[in-house]
Amino acid sequence: MASEEPEELEKNNEEQIEFVLRLYVIGASSNSVRAITNLKQICETHIKGRYTLDIIDVYQQKDIAETKQLIALPLLIKTLPLPERRLIGDMSDTNRVLRGLGINV
Amino acid sequence: MEQLKKSLSKTRSGIAGLDEITGGGLPTGRPTLICGAAGCGKTLFSLEFIVKGALEFDEPGVFMAFEEKAEELAINVASLGFDLDRLQRDKKIKVDYVHVERSEIEETGEYDLDGLFIRLGYAIDSIKAKRVVLDTIENLFTGLSNMAILRAELRRLFQWLKEKGVTAIITGEKGEGFLTRQGLEEYVSDCVILLDHRVINQISTRLLRIVKYRGSVHGTNEYPFLIDEQGISVLPITALRLEHPVSSERVSSGVESLDQMLEGRGFFRGSSILVSGTAGTGKTSIAAYFANETSKRKERCLYFAFEESPQQIIRNMRSIGIDLQQHIDNGYLQFNASRPTLNGLEMHLLTIHKMVKRFKPSAIILDPITNLITVGSVSEVKGMLIRLIDFLQAEQVTVMFTALTLNTVVNEQTDEGVSSLVDAWLLVRDIENNGERNRGMYIMKSRGMRHSNQVREFVISDDGVQLVDVYLGPEGVLTGSAREAQQLMEETGVVLRTHAVTRKDKEIERKRNVLQAKIESLKEEFESVTDELNKSYIEEELRKEVMEKNREELIKKRHDGNSNGSGK
Repeated sequence: MASEEPEELEKNNEEQIEFVLRLYVIGASSNSVRAITNLKQICETHIKGRYTLDIIDVYQQKDIAETKQLIALPLLIKTLPLPERRLIGDMSDTNRVLRGLGINV
Repeated sequence: MEQLKKSLSKTRSGIAGLDEITGGGLPTGRPTLICGAAGCGKTLFSLEFIVKGALEFDEPGVFMAFEEKAEELAINVASLGFDLDRLQRDKKIKVDYVHVERSEIEETGEYDLDGLFIRLGYAIDSIKAKRVVLDTIENLFTGLSNMAILRAELRRLFQWLKEKGVTAIITGEKGEGFLTRQGLEEYVSDCVILLDHRVINQISTRLLRIVKYRGSVHGTNEYPFLIDEQGISVLPITALRLEHPVSSERVSSGVESLDQMLEGRGFFRGSSILVSGTAGTGKTSIAAYFANETSKRKERCLYFAFEESPQQIIRNMRSIGIDLQQHIDNGYLQFNASRPTLNGLEMHLLTIHKMVKRFKPSAIILDPITNLITVGSVSEVKGMLIRLIDFLQAEQVTVMFTALTLNTVVNEQTDEGVSSLVDAWLLVRDIENNGERNRGMYIMKSRGMRHSNQVREFVISDDGVQLVDVYLGPEGVLTGSAREAQQLMEETGVVLRTHAVTRKDKEIERKRNVLQAKIESLKEEFESVTDELNKSYIEEELRKEVMEKNREELIKKRHDGNSNGSGK
């Protein structure tokens, strides 16, 4: 019982964490569409209810490509919890997405 | 033909010399790959392309840096006098620093580089850029791991750049066995320029070679280039057709007696003169005289000193009566002193080129070329000097080289092997005799004129340089004090002879006087004898007269007596 306690605590803590996510995509490219679908699914499965996700179309705001150091798209930036992480790709590799977001399964 | 020219339109890079090699510049609207090892000047090269485009050709440019931050770049090129910040504010240049760090990125599947496309496209549109540089795009390969995607995207990027119609430079790091690490040359197939930074014998030389230039003729050699405070300059050096104009105008060497040996008029303008000799034979003095003379004519002279500092030369030359400082002050003389080991041969050549183009001298001096051997092999030095002479003759610049010969035996092949290249060759050599060393000078050759074939003694004194006729006697060529002794001896002889002559003259005079006296006395004697003779002759006459008279008297008397007697 005693050995289980900290683990329980950590899990509880982890469940309190709010995720702030921002996904940069371009229009309706197949990669973008897949990335949106995949990411939403992962979020709904693992961090349901404690995340905010902004989806930004870079085509609409071309200047942010420079300011946000965009190269490869789609790009997911996790601003919170720290540290900031960048995930690129269509989010099809669920394990890598989870690792990138720092979610233990 | 017109059509052809149109299809190969070129964009001038603005980099000194490069546009000559490429026949007009980089291919307009196409990407050019510049590759080379680290530190070979790729970034500077491409940055100068952008800056010159903005400043000189009114073509704004985007510089996308994958390696250095915008601030770092600005600092790096500030030393070249480019104000990157201002150019950015004036919307002539846009510098965008792309940061890619693998450790910060998790790859989660398929992606593309649309971010880069949008970013670049936005930058191009925002300043209406005509030029684009991607430096070094290969850095993407270290940040992203999916090679297949990257390669496909790069192919698409270059195609996209072409469609945009921008003239682009893509830089790439040199790889093993390939021009670039990631084989960028596969994608950029229009123009590939390779930069190299070679170190031979601890001397570095930067070289540029155009590996390929589709649809255009171009120089294929390795061209040295120089990075200095004015940026990059490439030297197109091998225009080795012997077609330069020649002048039959003469320029004085500054030493009157030397001019005398050259038909009395000196060297040809635009010719090359080699002054060779052993150590301490006064080669620099001859060169300084030539410089002095050139400056005195109010023509510019450029003096490259590889051994002594300008101050040293000025001081030393003052001791033989020439003041070079005044010519420097008047702007007719310029020194450029550097150790030969400062940089490679090609760099020296390039420096000379640049200085000549800037200063526009009518004569230059390289003192001595022998020292260049320390930075290159004999054949390299010769190659460099061929190109130099070629260039200078095309510019109608008279050039004087000095060269040190190491052995006292006159070697027909000078150390640099340039003797066949030069138009005139003066040889100063030591003549060791009677425990002293003297300098002898003669003209080995001088193309196109009847030059003296005589050895002259080369005398350096407080009054300057002078060529003196050597004494040619039964004992051979005499120089120095031996010559002076001989001259003295001759003078003594003259005095003695004069003396002897006077003495003989006097004796003759005396003899004449004696004879004269003798003649006088004989004359007297003759007269007295004549008188004597005359005297007796007169006496005889008188006697004869008297006797006649007496006889007549007698006859008369007898006649008288006879008549008296008979009558009686």
